[in-house]
Amino acid sequence: MKFARDTWLIFQRQTQLLLRNPVWVFVGVFQPVMYLLLFAPLLKPALNAPTQAAAYKIFVPGLLVLLAIFGGLFQGFGLIAELRAGVIERSRVTPISRLALLLGRSLRDVVSLMVQAVIITLLALLFDLRVFIGDLLLAYLMLALIALMTSAVSYGVALKVKSEDALAPLMNTVAQPVLLLSGILLPLTFAPGWLQGIANWNPFSWAVDGTRALFAGDLGSDKVWQGLSITAVLAALGVYWAARQFARSVR
Amino acid sequence: MIETRGLRKSFRSRAGRETKTVDAVRGVDLDVAKGEIFGFLGPNGAGKTTTLRMLATLIEPDGGEATIAGADLRKDPAEVRRRIGYVPQGGSTWDESTAREELVLHARMYGISKADAQRRAARALDAFQLTEYADRKCKTYSGGQRRRVEIALGIIHEPKIVFLDEPTTGLDPQSRAHMWDEIRRLRADGMTVFITTHYLDEADALCDRIAIMDNGEVVAEGTPTALKREISGDVVLVGLDLAATPQAAQTLDGEPYVNKLETVDEGGLRLYVDEGATAIPQVLRRLDHAGLELRSIELHRPSLDDVFLTKTGRSLRES
Ligand SMILES: Nc1ncnc2c1ncn2[C@@H]1O[C@H](COP(=O)(O)OP(=O)(O)O)[C@@H](O)[C@H]1O
Ligand SMILES: [Mg+2]
Repeated sequence: MKFARDTWLIFQRQTQLLLRNPVWVFVGVFQPVMYLLLFAPLLKPALNAPTQAAAYKIFVPGLLVLLAIFGGLFQGFGLIAELRAGVIERSRVTPISRLALLLGRSLRDVVSLMVQAVIITLLALLFDLRVFIGDLLLAYLMLALIALMTSAVSYGVALKVKSEDALAPLMNTVAQPVLLLSGILLPLTFAPGWLQGIANWNPFSWAVDGTRALFAGDLGSDKVWQGLSITAVLAALGVYWAARQFARSVR
Repeated sequence: MIETRGLRKSFRSRAGRETKTVDAVRGVDLDVAKGEIFGFLGPNGAGKTTTLRMLATLIEPDGGEATIAGADLRKDPAEVRRRIGYVPQGGSTWDESTAREELVLHARMYGISKADAQRRAARALDAFQLTEYADRKCKTYSGGQRRRVEIALGIIHEPKIVFLDEPTTGLDPQSRAHMWDEIRRLRADGMTVFITTHYLDEADALCDRIAIMDNGEVVAEGTPTALKREISGDVVLVGLDLAATPQAAQTLDGEPYVNKLETVDEGGLRLYVDEGATAIPQVLRRLDHAGLELRSIELHRPSLDDVFLTKTGRSLRES
């Protein structure tokens, strides 16, 4: 009860501050739309897809997972600014739940990702993408879990390194191989065996496959429950670890 | 109200490949009474902030124990949090929020209901004369205004004790004087106030009792007056013409209340006495009897810097 209330309190505050910044709102909406409008037309020929709609079924889930990963991973920068302003220290002297300090923030990130995802899905509908609503909701769940994990991890790392100068290269180093080896932008169907072997160790690769299966209407595919389970476990671990950083962070 | 025994904290920091250990706080014993303004005086790096952060449950001590407002720091940090307020050294407000939003949020973090939090925020804004700016973003405030918001945050839940880490550092003289009044008002409201400072005049004028800290240790503790009296008496400066100086020296040398006498090169005497206030009338009488005319007489009390110098061999002004 107290925990839910505390989480809601932090969530409200963070959301309010986000909405107050028109630049962020604009970037958050505009960026994915650009991807969709400018990148997607290249896909049909590149993917050898029979129709534009088929190309979208492959590209849109990848784009959404990409947004979930990056949207989450870079949230740590905001936290470092808060750390520097003394806002975190001030929160930590109150009896507020440490898990709520993390979760309120991460949930804000999840919700803003969901808004982006809905905008993109709606736009893609205009381009003849068709997805069954139940599959779509499950795909959104997968995205929410990914964003929860990446934002929690980003916050945890931010509390550990405490400086943008350390966080930026770290996050880029993590994000790059994750991105390249997950088949996010182009499926790894044509990749050589060794590359696919490495990708099997990349949890995001499983998440992307699962999301694609859902967009393809293939609810029964093993990839769906595998992707969901892997992201759920990782999200739980990420949240647990990051909440501990909130409980014991120094300065 | 606060009782600490042997509080210790070391930090390991990495410089390149080597790890260095900094003993930031090395066994601090303190007893702070209810309703007093207690001051922690010491140079930068003395360990004041580290001690405060331990008492505010932000970092765990390596050793020692403390009872704060009746709650045990090691066993029940959650209860300590409920009973104290803490205002960090480097600020605690967010540029893009308004003072009112910050106050309401902070009160609610203590579990206070929304309606009550709003009432408390309005009252605090009023008490700290911030109502006029209450709905402006914090980044538009002056240093003094922002500091007042931060103090208001620290006491929004009516704690028994409030810790203020360098509350006046960086403020202009007028805002500082204003801040002193605010802090005295907290004491008048029955709160125990624990401040840190590296300003001698602040420790002297504002604090009921102080502990002087250097290099992680408390080197002296007491009321400012007692601390100053402890190290030496007062100095009386007697201004005289050069011609009259030798005779005056002869007259006053050997008087029972003069501990030591020095002549000043440009004319005049420096008398070391126990209590300036009682010595001065006697000096005046003696010189008058001897028919000597004096140009000026000044009383110099030892400062807290003299105390610091005696205890550490360094001047606080220089460090
Ligand atoms: N988080 C930390 N990591 C490493 N060293 C620290 C940390 N915090 C403080 N110190 C060191 O501990 C000593 C005491 O610092 P501090 O308590 O901030 O002093 P003060 O507040 O009196 O200026 C300093 O030498 C400082 O460099
Ligand atoms: Mg300090």
